[in-house]
Amino acid sequence: MFEYAPAPESRSVVDIKPSYGLFVDGAFVDPASGGSFKSVNPASEEVLAEIAEAGADDVDRAVRAARTAYEKVWGPMPGRDRAKYLFRIARLIQERSRELAVLESLDNGKPIKESRDVDLPLVAAHFFYYAGWADKLPHAGFGPDPKPLGVAAQVIPWNFPLLMLAWKIAPALAAGNTVVLKPAETTPLTALLFAEICQQADLPAGVVNIVTGAGDTGRALVEHPGVDKVAFTGSTEVGRAIARSVAGTRKKLTLELGGKAANIVFDDAPIDQAVEGIVNGIFFNQGHVCCAGSRLLVQESVADRVLESLKRRMAQLRVGDPLDKNTDIGAINSAEQLTRIRELSDAGSAEGAERWSPPCELPERGFWFAPTIFTGVTQAHRIAREEIFGPVLSVLTFRTPAEAVEKANNTPYGLSAGIWTDKGSRILWLADRLRAGVVWANTFNKFDPTSPFGGYKESGYGREGGRHGLEGYLNV
Amino acid sequence: MRTIRGMTATTTSARSDLSELGRSETALRTFLHGLPGVDQVGAEQRAAQLGTRSIKTTAKAEAIDLAIRMVDLTTLEGADTPGKVRALAAKALRPDPADPSCPHVGAVCVYPSMVPYVAEVLRGSGVHLASVATAFPSGQAPLEIKLADVRAAVEAGADEIDMVINRGAFLSGRYAEVYDEIVATKEACGDAHLKVILETGELATYDNVRRASWLAMLAGGDFIKTSTGKVPVAATLPVTLVMLEAVRDFRAATGRQVGVKPAGGIKTTKDAIKYLVMVNETVGADWLSPDWFRFGASSLLNDLLMQRTKLTTGVYAGPDYFTLD
Repeated sequence: MFEYAPAPESRSVVDIKPSYGLFVDGAFVDPASGGSFKSVNPASEEVLAEIAEAGADDVDRAVRAARTAYEKVWGPMPGRDRAKYLFRIARLIQERSRELAVLESLDNGKPIKESRDVDLPLVAAHFFYYAGWADKLPHAGFGPDPKPLGVAAQVIPWNFPLLMLAWKIAPALAAGNTVVLKPAETTPLTALLFAEICQQADLPAGVVNIVTGAGDTGRALVEHPGVDKVAFTGSTEVGRAIARSVAGTRKKLTLELGGKAANIVFDDAPIDQAVEGIVNGIFFNQGHVCCAGSRLLVQESVADRVLESLKRRMAQLRVGDPLDKNTDIGAINSAEQLTRIRELSDAGSAEGAERWSPPCELPERGFWFAPTIFTGVTQAHRIAREEIFGPVLSVLTFRTPAEAVEKANNTPYGLSAGIWTDKGSRILWLADRLRAGVVWANTFNKFDPTSPFGGYKESGYGREGGRHGLEGYLNV
Repeated sequence: MRTIRGMTATTTSARSDLSELGRSETALRTFLHGLPGVDQVGAEQRAAQLGTRSIKTTAKAEAIDLAIRMVDLTTLEGADTPGKVRALAAKALRPDPADPSCPHVGAVCVYPSMVPYVAEVLRGSGVHLASVATAFPSGQAPLEIKLADVRAAVEAGADEIDMVINRGAFLSGRYAEVYDEIVATKEACGDAHLKVILETGELATYDNVRRASWLAMLAGGDFIKTSTGKVPVAATLPVTLVMLEAVRDFRAATGRQVGVKPAGGIKTTKDAIKYLVMVNETVGADWLSPDWFRFGASSLLNDLLMQRTKLTTGVYAGPDYFTLD
């Protein structure tokens, strides 16, 4: 046997402070109430830092700072000058990418190979991409002189903390808005390091404000009368509440919510690559991906063969220390999420689906869940309908292309889908019929700043990324 | 009963089905074209991913020794002489004269005319003697001459024969011709092991590589090998990945295990370790032995020795501390 020795990335590259304040008006400040919470490493349950909890007063202060910066500095600034700041931030992110990647893996639990090779390169690419738009807005297709909205309230999830920050902040700033961003309470650390990068880049005070806290902080932010735009990525349940709270106001809203994507494998698919795509679709980032390919729809005539290959491949997945460079699957982000994954998986077994995981030893401390597949799943099972947001795949079969379309679309969600076939005409036929914002063909979970991303139906509305991503931050 | 895609087993076992394939051009074509396709982007991405594994300390030491044992130390030059190949054979036996714990390589690979000189040195050592035959590297000679080439090499002492397939026939779709040549060569080998060189650089697509791999295995090859080293594109990680998948699926279908030999262009320890990781995670431990995986290389060995010394002593020794043979 060829055993890989531990290959840990050094955590000494990042300096975590014992406590962090709120980033308001260009400086770190203590919250008015003095409240705080802890951010833990989900792989060890070790407390990483004490984080300030922003109350309504703090949110108000941040929104005012953003308003002043918008009116006095950022709004009037020519696009070419805004671009300089964004380019500078992008370069600083690249320079400090190792530090940011290690911090992301510590706080989130995702494997270092993903934070290093996927998250960070995409974060920098997003800032570079939108920096390029800042002085070209008249050419974006939204009229000769599109105007920003003002102050954007942005609430982001814990699955891709820094990447979601980039998706929100880069287009907002490029379009001329200022922002108040609330990172998720379990993963605030990279957002706070990003605040330091804003200082390092000499970004004018108040253009970016970061308020940390949980649901109450988020509610205070999106309901604040001083914000002109609300952007949210997270669960459909919270998205609904936000849509209700901003209804009837002037606030522009974009929502990027849950998903239950179908990954459709036809009998003429390149099987070995399709199996890689299935694995990447559901086990990438522990399945904490809104566009995860959590429903495998496989043509019945090749189902046995695909499942056999899939199981063999899953046995190669290395679960463990997120900082080990050879880890494929890291820790579940929180105890709460682990409970939800367990509950839905138990429901899958109880409803009669067959559960399988490869033999794999899980660490004793921390939050862990072995990669799991359920076979014999039907459309009526909870695990085929509800978003699990974990490394759990539901396998269904189909007989004809029409049945594949029917089953793929038979979900309240519509964020993404995957098609695996050697036949180009079938890809085009199917992509036209899938009600999903992103359709991948012979690949999965591919992201690029130039490509718009967003959902149909209960997966939300508005698009992020690409030229389309500017629309949500312009008064059009 | 197993089923193979493009060919459903209807008789008692898949094994008998596959052995029938070579009898007709149509059956071969139907089978080979019924194999699942290879998505180029996906295969290259998977190979690149495996290349990011971080192999350190004890794992690296084990990998280096394993890689040394898998080297087919090769010289295939017009300028090869008895003196040159004797020196190479001596190095194969004791790659690092300063360190008796260093293992010997897997085999020495030379032209048929050089086999007798190498055989004298290697006799009884456990190091195999491979010879390229069948009008290497182009394979463009009448079959009788190719077979005579093989017999001569075996008689002179080669216990492994590296043959080239008829790429012209393969690319023009004359699969039965390629098949028959391999079968005839295998017969001419007698007890010697047959490695079938696909020359993947000339096959150009991964679909072709997969088909040629199956064709070579169906015809009785003991090993499938990527390249002659004589065309611009030699072994690559994605090509080797596709071949590893083929030997894995072939064993699942027939029960017979076939070895894999990437050859040409593998020059560094880092590269060699990437291949070993790929073997480990694609076909598993059963193939992690010189009996089932080889590197066709010459300069690779000195880099492996240099890294091996670095691991034991903590410092890099200059190139003059390693023999040039």
